Amino acid sequence: MKRDILDLIQDVKARRQSAVLITEMSSGEQSLLREDGETRSAYGAPLPAVEDLDARLDAVMARDKGEIVDSEAGRYFIQPFNPPKRMLITGAVHISQALAPMALATGYDVRVIDPRSAWATPERFPGILLDQRWPDEVMEEIPPDRGTAVVTLTHDPKIDDPALEAALQSDAFYIGALGSKKTHGKRVARLTEAGFSEAQIARIQAPIGLDIGAISPAEIAVAVLAQTTLALRGPRRSKAA
Amino acid sequence: MTDAALSSDDVLKQAEGWLDAGDSVALATVVRTWGSSPRPVGSQLAVNADGRFVGSVSGGCIEGAVVTEAHESIADGKPRSLAFGVSDAMAWEVGLTCGGEIEVFVEKLEGA
Repeated sequence: MKRDILDLIQDVKARRQSAVLITEMSSGEQSLLREDGETRSAYGAPLPAVEDLDARLDAVMARDKGEIVDSEAGRYFIQPFNPPKRMLITGAVHISQALAPMALATGYDVRVIDPRSAWATPERFPGILLDQRWPDEVMEEIPPDRGTAVVTLTHDPKIDDPALEAALQSDAFYIGALGSKKTHGKRVARLTEAGFSEAQIARIQAPIGLDIGAISPAEIAVAVLAQTTLALRGPRRSKAA
Repeated sequence: MTDAALSSDDVLKQAEGWLDAGDSVALATVVRTWGSSPRPVGSQLAVNADGRFVGSVSGGCIEGAVVTEAHESIADGKPRSLAFGVSDAMAWEVGLTCGGEIEVFVEKLEGA
């Protein structure tokens, strides 16, 4: 791999953009296609004359998994670089103390948001990115995209609701809110009052997490992470099995 | 954080760090898997000339062989494709205990 290609890949990652690397496997020659909004720019070796190349590249990007293409032009490995999934956790609470490092280990970019300065402290969240602004302010700066999970855990409508309202207006692949069925009932009423439709509000997973009987904060974190994983990947084994 | 938990960002970042320090570096990438292989396609491992490595391409069963081939790649500058499988134990004197098979692409990283 040439140094300029490596530097480009690192730059793409730093900017949370997407790119796809095409490697001819006998010579090692590489081309990189970088996505910036709707445009794709090519770098390195000329793109190979592979049949339906664009469609193959699109499929690889969508699946976020590389594949080998055997063609008359040669044998190529097509490798996607998509930004890591992101988890925006509202509430620097006990569950978040367990959830944030677990989500990091699972590969998420994690940010814990809590305007209450006594909660969002580095002592309580070593090594975790903390944000002491209000969640709606944060999400205006970094709007949740298809690769973002939004989790609200404060149990305080004053802080959770602005996060949920921003999330419901976004493409977030997962929205989950802590609270009992009763608490969620009141939340539904407030969101309805705020103008959200039943279908929109139904995107919120509440009570949050897969029902695994979780009790402790760490167990609830497991349940939440299991649910975001399910939302991301979908079940593999058929129900009939 | 352990090496196994390093994301591909960290692997490439470490590779760049080695290059910047004047080290020779090779990169190994899982390009194909069959059956229950331990690491998915796209998993990467970077090796320097001293044999230090970050990242992983298996659960630990073939890293030794990959590092050896990576050094060959650093020496001759040529990429190679390596296939490992449980039935391939003879070829590489290693194998995957999980019963899966994987193909790993190894390439030298150019310093400048």
